[in-house]
Amino acid sequence: MHMADALISPAVGGTMWAATAGLIAYSSKKVKEAMDDRKVPLMGVLGAFIFAAQMINFSIPATGSSGHLGGGMILAILLGPWSAFLVMASVLTVQALFFADGGLLALGCNIFNLGFFSCFVAYPLIYKKIVGDNPTQGKILTGSIIAAIAGLQLGAFGVVLETVFSGISDLPFRTFVFLMQPIHLAIGVVEGLVTAAVVTFVWKARPEIIDAAIFSKPIGQIDIKKVLAGLLIAAAISGGTLSWFASANPDGLEWAMFRTSGKEELESHEKVHASLAGVQEKTAILPDYGFKKTEPEAGSGEDLKPSWPAVDAGTSAAGLAGGAMTLLMAVLIGWALRKRSAK
Amino acid sequence: MTSQGFSDVGYIDTIAAGDSPLHRIDPRAKLITTAAFIATVVSFNKYAVLGLVPFFSFPIILILLGRIPAGYILRKLLLILPFAILVGIFNPIFDRAIIYHIGPVGISGGWISFISILLRFVLTVTSALALVALTGFNSVCLALERFKVPSPFIVQLMFLYRYMFVLTEESERMVRARAVRSFSGRTMHFKTFVSLIGHLLLRTLDRAERVYRAMCCRGFNGDIRILRSLRISLKDIVFVIIWVVLFISFRFWDAPLKLGELVMGIFP
Repeated sequence: MHMADALISPAVGGTMWAATAGLIAYSSKKVKEAMDDRKVPLMGVLGAFIFAAQMINFSIPATGSSGHLGGGMILAILLGPWSAFLVMASVLTVQALFFADGGLLALGCNIFNLGFFSCFVAYPLIYKKIVGDNPTQGKILTGSIIAAIAGLQLGAFGVVLETVFSGISDLPFRTFVFLMQPIHLAIGVVEGLVTAAVVTFVWKARPEIIDAAIFSKPIGQIDIKKVLAGLLIAAAISGGTLSWFASANPDGLEWAMFRTSGKEELESHEKVHASLAGVQEKTAILPDYGFKKTEPEAGSGEDLKPSWPAVDAGTSAAGLAGGAMTLLMAVLIGWALRKRSAK
Repeated sequence: MTSQGFSDVGYIDTIAAGDSPLHRIDPRAKLITTAAFIATVVSFNKYAVLGLVPFFSFPIILILLGRIPAGYILRKLLLILPFAILVGIFNPIFDRAIIYHIGPVGISGGWISFISILLRFVLTVTSALALVALTGFNSVCLALERFKVPSPFIVQLMFLYRYMFVLTEESERMVRARAVRSFSGRTMHFKTFVSLIGHLLLRTLDRAERVYRAMCCRGFNGDIRILRSLRISLKDIVFVIIWVVLFISFRFWDAPLKLGELVMGIFP
């Protein structure tokens, strides 16, 4: 469920980056305040453990597929939400940089979808409430499964919303939801079972580890209201700034707004949009909505969008030739620079 | 994730240890330029195809000038291409309005946006890989530290990277040990799986404790000190400015179309 840069609009990516950066800063502050030196290497090594554990797969009976540990929930159980969020964020960053698993702009979305929901929602509100202070095998099992399912359902829904708001994919909201949620219900059950089994295993072998995790409360309770308020402010600020950028591309957020409210844009953006759209229309060869208006009757001047240059075979041939030449030039320039630097 | 993937990570560090004019550019400059590149590429509207082509100059020049083995980047791309196709293939299915004609063949908007998604995918992935291959992970972390990313997160990134290889090897050994003892039973059952992961976790926790003690012996008092050796120079600033100006002009001035029209004008 790692999202790629290719499907994201700058407004959505930027907003999620801002939200995630805020969460990382706040979690870092909390971890620093806890002054638990022991946790510094523990967090690092547990992050590496997630990578190592993902290399071990088990076969799911009667399906032919295999499952492995996702990690968010087990980290929260062992480390508490703040540290677990930082570890999850670091794991996703390394995956994005080295495995091209999710893009750099999409990193904010991915950390939020996979880290925030399991660490700050599912763990404190579901797992902790069910397991409480004296764990039993049954409580760990139910707590892990319900929390893992809830975390993954919310994360999957986040993916759907971010993709639909970006407007690059044409998957309709409803179809996407019906695709994502059931798949992640199954993944959630597997993740919950694995988490419960591993936690129970450790609890039986070395009960003091799980007990220590339960009773260490150096960081204090999570104030979920504070977190949500902070997120809302971050999203509002970055969304407001980035909507300038988005206005130049009436396909992103505005497309979603158009679908949901029937209004293409807020009135206040009208002027900015009109002027920026003018720039964009002059520069785009494949305008987004204008194509249906290439017939002569659509060339009415008083329309907000001026008529498009007619797309004919001549233009498309010119485009193809130009594109090929640009590529060739890029390669040639690269070679020339390389030759020069070799001297 | 396979073990092949992990030896690749080590390989990226080998490339990053090399020397070229691009390796010598300050990591901060490379980070900013790559971020500007990705932001510009994704800011195109969803039917943009031709407008994206000039942007290939950035990864191509990085790969050629930085002497990154192109075959390696291509192999990485091929590995993840199925995912790109999977996420894009819905567009031709849902967007069937014909918007473009090449001769008698009509092309639907969905196919155009599908191609656009593939181009975006190739551009963003190659530039991100090129960034790491020219900079190295630790230098990326140093750059992030200078950009005021909170230090606990930087320390976490560096620790993770340091122990990733150690623990991956450990888990590989465990999987191999199970495989040689299970004769023809190739599938791993849930119970075995849990036991393997559980032991791996116990070993990991013990290792964390040992690492902590070793750090204490060396004077660790809660602060991680990072050796800072970054110096920004004129050529780094010029590097950023040239690329950002190029990205902006590519974004707002459709070079391929103008070029093509010029050529078509000369050879009618």
